[in-house]
Order: sequence, then C-alpha cells, then structure tokens
Amino acid sequence: MAKQSNVDTSSVVIRMKDIVKTFGSFVANDHINLTVHKGEVHAILGENGAGKSTLMNVLYGLYHPTSGSIEINGNEVRIDSPQKAIELGIGMVHQHFMLVQPFTVTENIILGTEPTKGMVVDTKKAREKIVELSERYNLKVDPDAKIEDISVGMQQRVEILKVLYRNAEHLILDEPTASLTPQEITELIDIIHHLTADGKSVILITHKLKEIKAAADFCTIIRRGKYINTVKVSECDENQLAAMMVGRDVEFKVEKKEMNPGEVVLDVRELRAKDYRHVEILKGLNLSVRRGEIVGLAGVDGNGQSELVEIITGLRKAESGEITMHGESIYNTTPKQAFEKGVTSIPEDRQKHGLVLDFSVSENLILQNFAKAPYAKHGILQKNAIEQHATEMIEKFDIRPSGCNQRLAGELSGGNQQKVIIAREVTNDSDLLIAVNPTRGLDVGAIEFVHKYLVEQRNKNKAILLVSFELDEIMSLSDRIEVIFDGQIVGSVAGKGADEKELGFMMAGGVKHE
Amino acid sequence: MNVLIKDLGLLINAMLIATPPLLFAALGSCFSERSGVVNIGIEGMMTIGAFTGAVVAYFTGNGWLGFLCGGLAGAAFGLLHAVACISYGADQTISGTAINFLAPGLAVFLCKALFENSSDSPALDTAAKLPKMFNGVFKAGSFGYNVLNTYPVAYLCFVLVLVVWFVFYKTKFGMRLRAVGEHPQACATLGINVFRIRYICVIVSGFLAGLGGAYVTLSTVSQFRPSVIVGQGFIAIAAVIFGNFKPQGAMKACLLFGLCNGVKALLGSGNVVSPHLISMIPYLVTILALVFFVGASRVPAANGKPFLKAK
Amino acid sequence: MNKKKGILNSNALYTFIAISVGFLVGAILLMLAGISPAEAYGKLITGVFGKPKFVTWSIVYAAPLILTGLSVAFSFRTGVFNIGAEGQFVVGSLAACVVGILVKAPAPIHILLCIVAAMAAGALWGAIVGLLKVMRGVNEVLSYIMFNWIAFYLSNYVVNLAIIHREGGGEATKDVADTARIMAPKAIVELTSCTAANWGIVMAIAAAVVIWFIISKTTLGYQLRSVGFSRTAAEYAGINTNRMFLTAMAISGAMAGLGGAVQTLGMSGRISQFSSQEQFGFQGITVALIGSSNPIGCIFAGLFYGAMKYGGTKLSLVNAPSEVVDIIMGTIIIFIAVSHVFKMLVLEKAGKKKGGAQA
Repeated sequence: MAKQSNVDTSSVVIRMKDIVKTFGSFVANDHINLTVHKGEVHAILGENGAGKSTLMNVLYGLYHPTSGSIEINGNEVRIDSPQKAIELGIGMVHQHFMLVQPFTVTENIILGTEPTKGMVVDTKKAREKIVELSERYNLKVDPDAKIEDISVGMQQRVEILKVLYRNAEHLILDEPTASLTPQEITELIDIIHHLTADGKSVILITHKLKEIKAAADFCTIIRRGKYINTVKVSECDENQLAAMMVGRDVEFKVEKKEMNPGEVVLDVRELRAKDYRHVEILKGLNLSVRRGEIVGLAGVDGNGQSELVEIITGLRKAESGEITMHGESIYNTTPKQAFEKGVTSIPEDRQKHGLVLDFSVSENLILQNFAKAPYAKHGILQKNAIEQHATEMIEKFDIRPSGCNQRLAGELSGGNQQKVIIAREVTNDSDLLIAVNPTRGLDVGAIEFVHKYLVEQRNKNKAILLVSFELDEIMSLSDRIEVIFDGQIVGSVAGKGADEKELGFMMAGGVKHE
Repeated sequence: MNVLIKDLGLLINAMLIATPPLLFAALGSCFSERSGVVNIGIEGMMTIGAFTGAVVAYFTGNGWLGFLCGGLAGAAFGLLHAVACISYGADQTISGTAINFLAPGLAVFLCKALFENSSDSPALDTAAKLPKMFNGVFKAGSFGYNVLNTYPVAYLCFVLVLVVWFVFYKTKFGMRLRAVGEHPQACATLGINVFRIRYICVIVSGFLAGLGGAYVTLSTVSQFRPSVIVGQGFIAIAAVIFGNFKPQGAMKACLLFGLCNGVKALLGSGNVVSPHLISMIPYLVTILALVFFVGASRVPAANGKPFLKAK
Repeated sequence: MNKKKGILNSNALYTFIAISVGFLVGAILLMLAGISPAEAYGKLITGVFGKPKFVTWSIVYAAPLILTGLSVAFSFRTGVFNIGAEGQFVVGSLAACVVGILVKAPAPIHILLCIVAAMAAGALWGAIVGLLKVMRGVNEVLSYIMFNWIAFYLSNYVVNLAIIHREGGGEATKDVADTARIMAPKAIVELTSCTAANWGIVMAIAAAVVIWFIISKTTLGYQLRSVGFSRTAAEYAGINTNRMFLTAMAISGAMAGLGGAVQTLGMSGRISQFSSQEQFGFQGITVALIGSSNPIGCIFAGLFYGAMKYGGTKLSLVNAPSEVVDIIMGTIIIFIAVSHVFKMLVLEKAGKKKGGAQA
C-alpha cells in the first residue's frame, strides 16, 4: 500500500489535555493527551477496553469528561452534545454503524440536518449534494437504495458521507475495518488519504498494527485507561507498537508439537443453506476435520461461517447436503443431539450464546448437563453436587474472583466469562470442538490462555475447528487452513508457512495460485 | 330494494358511529409506537377523555370545549406514561397497565365526587353535545339521514389521517420520529433529541386517544358511564398493528372494525346471531391477520426498548 | 456486601416506598374531593380488621388474586409477560361453572373435575398464544390482549345459552351444584360468620408452594429460567426453547384458570354477564409486581390486594369512592416499574460516598 502523508505540523486542530473520565469508581480515561494536526491521520492504539472509544465519545460529546480540557483550532471548547461536536466540525463513524435500516441512503445522510422547502423535507436538493460529495471523495453509493439492501462496505461509505455532509473537518473512525475485506480496507485507506489531501484530519481507532503502518502518520497508545506515548509511525515497527500497547514484549508464536492427524471426525459434504433473507449463503460447502488437528476457517465476516457453525451445532436447518460425526449423520439435527454426538463449541457471542448472564457461575457450568447425574436426580436439582463441581472448576481454571460460585456470570470480566465456557466444554470432553472468534474482545493474557487451551485439546487428539476473522490467529494456530468465500471453500493450505497475501487474495474471492 | 338501501344506511351509520373513536385512538397509537414507545394505556386514556369531555361539556354547555379538554386529559396521562417509560426506563407494558388502572379509576372517582356518588355523569343536553351537520335536511330514518347527518368530528378524523400521513412522511419531524423508533442511538449521535421527540409523540398519542374517548360521550352516548369504553382502546392498538403501523393502514383497519359494529347493529336487531359473537370479530380478525400476514407487519425496530442516555 | 447496601438493594424497601406513595396519592385525591383521608383510610382498616368476619372476607377476596398473581409471576420468571391472565381467568371460571352446572358427580370428584377443567381451559388459552408465537411469530402481548376480549365475549355468549342461563331474571348462569362448591365447613363459617368462607386460600397457598418448588428446585425450573433469561444461550445449550416457552405459558395459564375456578366454586357460585372486564388478571400483574415475582411473595401481595379490594367496598359508607383503591394500586405499579432506576441511582450514590466500592 502506497503511503502518503498530508500532515501540516504547523497547525494543531485538536488538542485534548489531561482528559479524565470515570464511571462510578472505574477510571476509563486517566489523564490522556491527544494532539492532531491538519491533514493528519492519527491512530489511537489500545487493547479492547483500554479506553479508546471512551476518549472518542468524550470528543464527540456523547460523554462529559470528569476533568481535562479540549481545544479545537486553538480555542478551548465545551462539547456537551453531539450537536455541539458537529458544529465544531467533528464527525464520527461508529464501529457499529448508526444507520436506520428501512431508510434510504439519502434519508440516513440528511437525518438531523434535513433541508426543507416550506414544511416539506427537500430530498431532491439533498440528493444533489450527496452525489456531488460522493464524486469528490470517490465514495460510491446509491442514494436511493435502502440501507437493508446494501453491502457493509457501502454502509460504511454512507457513514463517511453522513459526516462529510455535515461539513466535518475532523473525522473519527472507530474500528472501521472490523468487517471489511482486505480489498475494501485498501479502498478505505485510499479514501482516508483523499480526505487528508483535502485538508481534513482523521482519527483512526484500531488495534490492528498493519493498518496503522499503512495509513497513519502518528499514533497515540493507551493502555488500561492511561496515556502511554505518542509516536511517529514511520519511526516504529509493529513489534514496538505491540509492546507499548500490551506493556510487555508479545510472543506472537504459539508452541506446538508435531502431530499426525488421525481419522476424520467431522465431515461436511455439499452443504447448501439459505440465510434469514432466503438468499443462498452456503453453496455446496465441503469440509472435514480430523483428530489431532486444528483446522482454521479463514474468511471475511458474512461469507457463511456463522451459518455453517449454526448448522453443525443444530441451531439452523440446511437446504441440502450431508454432515457426519464419526460417520453418523448429524444433518439437520437438534442442538441437543449434536451435543450428544460429540459436538461442542465456544460460541462467537459468549454473552448471547455461551452464557446465561443472569445465572450464577455454578448454574452456567452445568448448562448442557443439568439433567444428568450427579447434578439432578428424578428431575430435582442436586445443589451440593452442582456447587462442588463449580468449586473444582473455578479452582482448576483460575476463574476470578475466586469462590465466585454464586456470582452472576454477567458480573465477571470477559476473560473470566470465556474461562467459564472453556471449563464447561473441557469437562464435556467431546471429540469435536468448534471455536468461533474465541479471543474476540479479550486482553492479551486471556488470549494466550485460550490459545494454549486450544492447542492442548489438539494434543489430546481432539478435532478442532477454529473459525476466526483474525487472520493472525488462524495462521499461528492452524495445522491446516481452509478459506471460505461466498459459501464455499475456495482454497486449502498447510498452516505451516502459509502466506498471508495468498490467503488474503483467496478470502477476497481470488483463485489460489498453484 | 328500499329495505336494502335502508339497511345499508343503517350499516354505514353504525360504522360512522363506531369508527371515529377507534381512528382517533389508532392515530394516537401510531405516534407512540412509531417513535418506539409501546402504549397499551390507550384504553385508559380514552376513558379519562370520555369522562373529561362529558363533564366539561356538562358544566360549560360547550361540546367543543369538552372535546378539547377530553384530549388534554388524555395528554396528561400520556405525559405520565412518557415520564415513566422515557425518563425512568419503566417497562412500557407495565406502565401502560398501570395507566389502565389509574385513568378509569380516577374518572369514576371524580365522577362520584362530583355527582353525589354516582358513577354515571348526568345526561347532556343536545346543545352541550357536539353539533350534527345537516340537521333537519333529511327525513329521520332515511338513507341520507343515516349516512350524511352525522357529526363533523367524524369527518375530522378522516382529515386527520391525511394530516398524520403528511407529518409522518413529508416533514422533518416525521422523519425524525420514524428514525427514533428504529434506531435511537443513531439519532442521538446526529444530535437529535430522542427524549424530546418521544415525549411529544407519547403526549400526542394520549391527546388523540382522549379525543377518541370524548367523541363517544359527546356524540353517541351523551353521558359518562364506567362501561362507556370497553376495549375500544385495545381495538385501536390492534388496528395499528393490523395496519402495519401506518396511519392509512390503521384507518382501513378501523373502518373494518367499524363495519363489524355495523353488522352487529344490523344483525343484533333481529337476534339472528348473538351480539356477543359478533363483538368477538375484531379480535378474531386481528389474530387471523397476524397469523396469516405476519410477514407483512414490520414493527419499529426500537419498539418497547427503553433508551437511556449515558452521562 | 455490607448491611446498608443490602437494605438499599432489597426489593422490599422499594415496594414499601411504592405502597406509601400509592396511599399518599390516594390521600391527596380524597382531600381534593373533600373527604378526610384519615376517615377513609380508617374505614379501610376497620373494614378489614374490625371483625373476624371482615378478615375472612378479605382472605376470600385474596385467594383468586394470589392465583392470578402467581400466574403472572411465573410468566415473569420465565421471560414472558402474561398480560392474558385476565382471559385465562375468565375461561377458567367459565369451564368450572359449566362443569359445575352440567355434570353430576359426588362432592370431591365434582370439585376435582371442575378444577381440572378450569386449569385445562386456562392452560389452553395461554398455550394458544404461545403456539401463535412459536409457529407464526405473533407478538404475544398483543394476542394475549385479543384473547382476553375473546374470552370476555365467549363468556357472555355461554352465559346466555339457554341450557346454562338462569331461569327468570338476571343476566347470569344457574348456580353451580352444591357438590362442586368448595365452601368451608360449617364450623368455620359459624366461627367467622362469613358465609363465603371457602378452601380457595388453601389451594392458593398450596399452588404457590408448588410453583416455588418447580421454579427453584427442579430441572424443569432450571430450563424455564434459562429460557427466560436468555433464549439464545438456552437454545445453544440444547434446551428446547419452544417447548419451554409453551410449557411456561400453559402453566401460567393453568394458574389463572385455577383462580377462576376458585372464584366461581367459592365466592360467587355462578357467572354473571360482564359489562366490563373484571380485572382479576390485571390485578394479578399488581400482585406479581408487589410480590417481586416471588411465589411466596405473591401470597402476601395477594392478601394485601384482597384486603384493599374488600376494604374498598366499605368506603362508600363514608361517601368515599371505592375507585381510590384502583388509583392507589395503579400508582404502586408505576412506582415499582420505575423503582429499578431509583435503585440504580441510590446505589450509585451510596457507592460514591464509600468511594472504594466496585462499580
């Protein structure tokens, strides 16, 4: 990616000084400083929960800082509402798009600043301005399409247009690449450079080092709510950035012993399925996982991964095809049956699927086994057995706070919630484990725990299917990588020595070079 | 043939009597539901409107003033619902249930306090009721009398459908109202005051429901009785869902339910079918409609979910 | 958790505040109407506690309310809002009445038949709504409301059928056969001089204990709760969420239906044609809220509501409208509904003062 810089270091446009933001007794931002110049791309780097989004919500007027000051173009300002932020030329593109689904692109863009003719909203005039803006910045959109009908990439362009329509000079992009393909990411970086060439400044919130290297001029690092440093990106390498983000040197490699994969455990043949809009999402997918191997399923979000996992685990029905566990069919079965046949999973959304947040840790630990001895007899729950099991698991997996049997799962941190799920799945001791984005939202320590555990299970001769949107995770753990695109497996490579560029190419629908 | 025309006249007449209160309340419900606030308190708001309308008209002798005050009384309970649900994030169904206790309770309480422990208000003089159009133009009982000699307010509610449609789909406020019901967070990030829009919508819903209630006591019934509003509020809500949360759709559904009333009036006189069974029709129709056309109904995405601002 | 925070966190405190506010609002209205609140509330209290007869009557009033309260509380605990208890109560009382009039059987069996019919009718009425939701995605709150009114008119229709309608005047059914009545033994009737004294309260308490046991001690309760808290996680764990949903709605409906049976076989002995909803189901929502959705709490909340309802009938003696009870109860619901926000605010403040407590 061609790097281009439009920074004008002589003109400071945003200066945040000693920003403190507390929620109750929790300090989300602890004296953070940020300086952004005209035409600059300024990255804010930090782990999940480090306080990046909080800082930006302060700048955008959604939160009010507990203390500290903000200057825009040299004037100290009080930003107490998004309205005020917009007036000051600040625009924000949120990680979770803020778009009204049944509204058109035009309606979404003008919402809040609708031009009117008499009493009537003048969509015609608005449309003209949108077309003009979209041409100027190369942001292709269909102004008359409804949001629910357009791609994620276009939705993001709508979000950027929304900000530009309000004449924003300073753009905040919150994790903008989370659901984009590598190609769309390149396009986005181009757009960002278009914007800075026009004198606009861009704040880029991310935890992806590569994108910072490709797009940003400066980078401010935040760790656990504290300001760590601001560096010139061209003078740092990725390892240095990572070390500052985490607070210690990070070992990206995971130790793995050699294994010889055994017999096939899970076998998926010619699987076809439709998504909720009745559009075909799996188009004859073939996949198998053997004992003693981790198969990584690489791909961009929305290419059928979620549907595949839901079908295997019995949550969703397929249209046609075949799925077997140890040769026995589990095609279109129920979650219970799939579980009985040896399918366990670490679900993608641990708060939605993995845990009943309002259940205690003890209750969560028996979620699939509540009706079995020793936890129940004749339909009556056996409290002692349940608690004893929980106490053992909490100790063994170091689930904190210690002795949290009766705590509600929702009160635990993300990492500890994931430990509860893993503890449960380990005791199930099934032959197949499907892990979907198992480290999403976790801090580095917890990520290492999860990775270590996945490898451990593989070493115990279990079959592991790892579905992840983080290519790095797939590459460091997998024995074999299968690439999914548009509902099919489009390529298969050995995990060892896999080439990232080649994988990215296949993930975007390119054909594998032989 | 004459009998047929006369029956048709009676049918339309009964339909015109039953539809306006439903339609006023249904339009109110549209405002609330589209902005994302479930309002099952419509029934209670109609009752307090019916009471206030009758009492104000009784004391002032002015039907129009009664009508307006009926709306304001409904709006007051709309405000209560708004405070509970929007500012305090109360469960919207529970708050609505509470209003269905409070508003009718208060109506009968005040009625007893004002009229020597009687739960019925005194009957209104014709002069204190809403006026009728074309009085004396048609012969009593003729087709024209039944169809055209009705209250102008009955026509007003159909005009109101147009107005509400215009507000919803053509104005800035309407666009924001619909957006707030779909994605309040998005609106908040664009500097739209979600709370204010929802407050306005819920209060308007109470006002219109109150008008609907007042219409009943100021036109057909001529006095307040505890049983003057029995289920009309719930039928109005059903009409809104049946009509896909659109004012024009709600109108069609209200006309259909009004027609049921016409059929009841027509058949009930001959004791052909039990009036109780005919009374069931709107509810059965709603259920059947939901069962068979469920795909067509699109509930506003944020409907029923409280939106609480972080500080 | 320290003691002070424990108190601030307890539902009981907020329920108590809500009840106090309810009475306060009632008092203000009474004053505005020129009635002395002291006199009216005095009458309310003596009207309930003045004589053993009054207390017994209050208990008679409470029994069906405890049951509809249980119905709603059970639904709350399983993630459903049974606003249809009203209709389930009506079909329950109707079924009990029809069986009580048309079937001939010796006493204990006749009672049992009536109760089974009532519970089945209530369960069916709830389960239909569940089925519509599961099979066609129909919003359950809406269909509950529709089925309330369908039950209302169905009851009026049946009441007017010749085979069941009272001979002579009165828009009501014949009396339920004595063999189906659940009246208390003569000794109790004489002791309390309350002619309506019946076994309903015993049934209600027994039902509350059974419901409590099911919810907290059984695997069925575990599944129901898990579905109530998180449908998605329950489904992921292999629990048949649709079946649980239907089970919950049917059990909840059966409780309301039982309430209807208690009312018909106990106090009223027949059904009259309705001119407006009798509100037993809606009052059950209040009972469930005051009882914090706890089955045992519902017993006390039901007794409270029963006493208010019975005491309310005495208010006309001091020329105070009995509707003040509705107003008090409505206010209580609103305040309980917003109390979780108050709770958050109070706890946050308490936490800030302490300075170190975990957020």
